[in-house]
Amino acid sequence: MAEEVKPTKVIDARGSFCPGPLMELIKGYKQAKVGDVISLYSSDNGTKVDAPAWIKKSGNELIGVYDRDGYVEIVLKKVR
Amino acid sequence: MAEKMSLLLVSGTSDKLMAGAIIASGAVANDMEVDIFVSFWGLMQFKKNGSGKMTLSYDGKGMEQEVMKKMMEKKIPSFMDMLRQAKEVGNVKVYGCAMFADLMDLKKEDLDPIIDEIIGVGKFVAMAKDSKMTLFI
Repeated sequence: MAEEVKPTKVIDARGSFCPGPLMELIKGYKQAKVGDVISLYSSDNGTKVDAPAWIKKSGNELIGVYDRDGYVEIVLKKVR
Repeated sequence: MAEKMSLLLVSGTSDKLMAGAIIASGAVANDMEVDIFVSFWGLMQFKKNGSGKMTLSYDGKGMEQEVMKKMMEKKIPSFMDMLRQAKEVGNVKVYGCAMFADLMDLKKEDLDPIIDEIIGVGKFVAMAKDSKMTLFI
């Protein structure tokens, strides 16, 4: 696992189902500033595929996808 | 200019309305603007003070209880809440069908405020014509 970056913002969407976590991520992203590191927690399996795809497509930096205990943590850096 | 998606919702069963709301969410996640035209049984579900009762289309006959139970357990939001969230994230407009509204004597104030406007099919088709994709759900 790569060295982990400390997030400036954590979005806890555990317990929410597709498309909830992705929508929460986009809402949080819109409120964030360029340079912010956002961490999304999700217990929904679709998010593991959807969120990284959205992060790349939106031109942001995917820092990592980490399997945690019963959920997945997806970390991105807002670059635009 | 942002790409557009048009959705046509006619059915009033929860599964189809939910599919529409989920696809609209996927569209805004892809930076698309969404125009949703709602008619017939779909529009009936947008009436204020509606029953909010969940129903499944014919494909789901016999599975209602199982599906409803899971949805309650997992606290799946209603299609209306999903649409509200999609509206918060992106540019989603919901239009009521003027023909059906006239038929049932429904005014805009009889419908949930999520309905932006009541429009005729001509205007919807004009929107669909300019959109990248149109789905009938």
